[in-house]
Amino acid sequence: MEQIIKFIQTYSLLRMLLAFCCLIGIIFANAIVMGYLERKIAARIQRRWGPMEVGLQGWLQMILDGVKILSKQLIVPKDANRFLFRLAPLLCFTPVAMVFVALPISRSLYGINLNIGLIYIIAMGSINVFSILIAGWSSNNKYSLFGAMRSVAQNIAYEVPILLSLLAVVLTTSTFDLQEIVKAQSGPIWFVLYPNLFVAFVIYLIAGCAETNRAPFDLPEAESELTAGYHTEYSGFAFGLFAIAEYGNLFIMASIATIMFLGGWNGPFGFLSGPVMGAIWFLSKVFILMLTMMWVRWTYPRVRFDQLMNLAWKYLIPFSLVNLLITALVVKII
Amino acid sequence: MNAYYQFVAEVFFVMFILLTLIGSWLAVNARILMHSVLGLAVSLLGVAGLYFYLGSMFLTMMQILIYMGAVCIVLVFGIMVGYTPNESADKHELSRNMMLGLVTSGVAAFLLIVVAIGKTTWTQAVQTTGNFSIEWLGKSLLLEYCLAFELISVVLLIAIVGAIILARGGREEEI
Repeated sequence: MEQIIKFIQTYSLLRMLLAFCCLIGIIFANAIVMGYLERKIAARIQRRWGPMEVGLQGWLQMILDGVKILSKQLIVPKDANRFLFRLAPLLCFTPVAMVFVALPISRSLYGINLNIGLIYIIAMGSINVFSILIAGWSSNNKYSLFGAMRSVAQNIAYEVPILLSLLAVVLTTSTFDLQEIVKAQSGPIWFVLYPNLFVAFVIYLIAGCAETNRAPFDLPEAESELTAGYHTEYSGFAFGLFAIAEYGNLFIMASIATIMFLGGWNGPFGFLSGPVMGAIWFLSKVFILMLTMMWVRWTYPRVRFDQLMNLAWKYLIPFSLVNLLITALVVKII
Repeated sequence: MNAYYQFVAEVFFVMFILLTLIGSWLAVNARILMHSVLGLAVSLLGVAGLYFYLGSMFLTMMQILIYMGAVCIVLVFGIMVGYTPNESADKHELSRNMMLGLVTSGVAAFLLIVVAIGKTTWTQAVQTTGNFSIEWLGKSLLLEYCLAFELISVVLLIAIVGAIILARGGREEEI
């Protein structure tokens, strides 16, 4: 045992590899748990039972679905661009895994601590749009193409309010370092309780909902119009990777909201925010946010495309700009 | 142990250079237009890696955010509307004269470079050329090189106004 510890301590590259494998495991586990919760909550809201057959309350359902998906073949359509068609799922999954490295889950539980952690996460998030575009185009299918085009228009529009609302927090703390931002909230007041940052938080939640392509903004994969949007042609584990990346993106969105506005790994009033309890606080906040997003998803109908664009360009962006100005004034005066 | 890390770092350096070169080759030579744009994206990613080696994480991230996340996506968006995956450009046949011209110009360029390399006196690169933190970057952009910074923003403003004018004209003609 001692020898193994010494071995790992000397070979820190190996340690990195081990941590990366753990992160991949967390992403997959997150997708399984979230998939199960989504189906159960959807069923609860629609007054039906949801998965009930396998295991108590059907809790094994998602694992069995995963096994089924692994055993299926990836069929490449005849007219598709074979290389790009196979590349897209990988390109979708990789940035998600790379972002997880930089998330400060607790005081001492994180992959790397960058002094520009926020910019890193946003930069990696922008690669995600690429994979959607490539998937939609290379399938050579009208539904996929329309899904991808809607997705890119939506992502470009909603990236602006997300950046502006996060910038308000950056102005308040004057750092991009995620750990520093969390530490700045270790007092009794989290950033969400400041009036100007509360507005930023609401804008961030709405825009984040659109950025992760979830209902009521799920136009890129609107089932009734586009079958499944950009991943219509995908089967087997390639489809699975898209689903996992989608839940991974949801987790990232919720954890950025937690870090920037809800105090990260700080307990309420700085109560019990050590390395272990911090992780528990962090994960519970993230899961509460994600459950709220699910609740919204199954409660509101899908918006129309012009409504979607109007919301971004006419309301969210001007509001976040004004909010940023007010934040700058507040920071300058106080 | 240190030599081992040095080796890994050098392998990554060579990989970034290869990414840049292969990407730019693909950007010029691919027969499918989408492949060219993706080649451009790969090449820009390689350049971002080189910035990382120069010690500026911020510039690396900005390269990815702006060039991959914005410029390339707009290009891809434009291509998506116009081309389907089974459209590809005709293969260029090189005639004998063109081949001869390429060989001569290649040899001439090679000789020129050899002479130039021989004549130059090389100075060794400095280990770290300065402090490239965000604070330094912000101060130099907003205090020292303020005029250049503002001029660039004026150029961007003109580009935006131009885009709006072009788009409006197109719409009115249709109706």
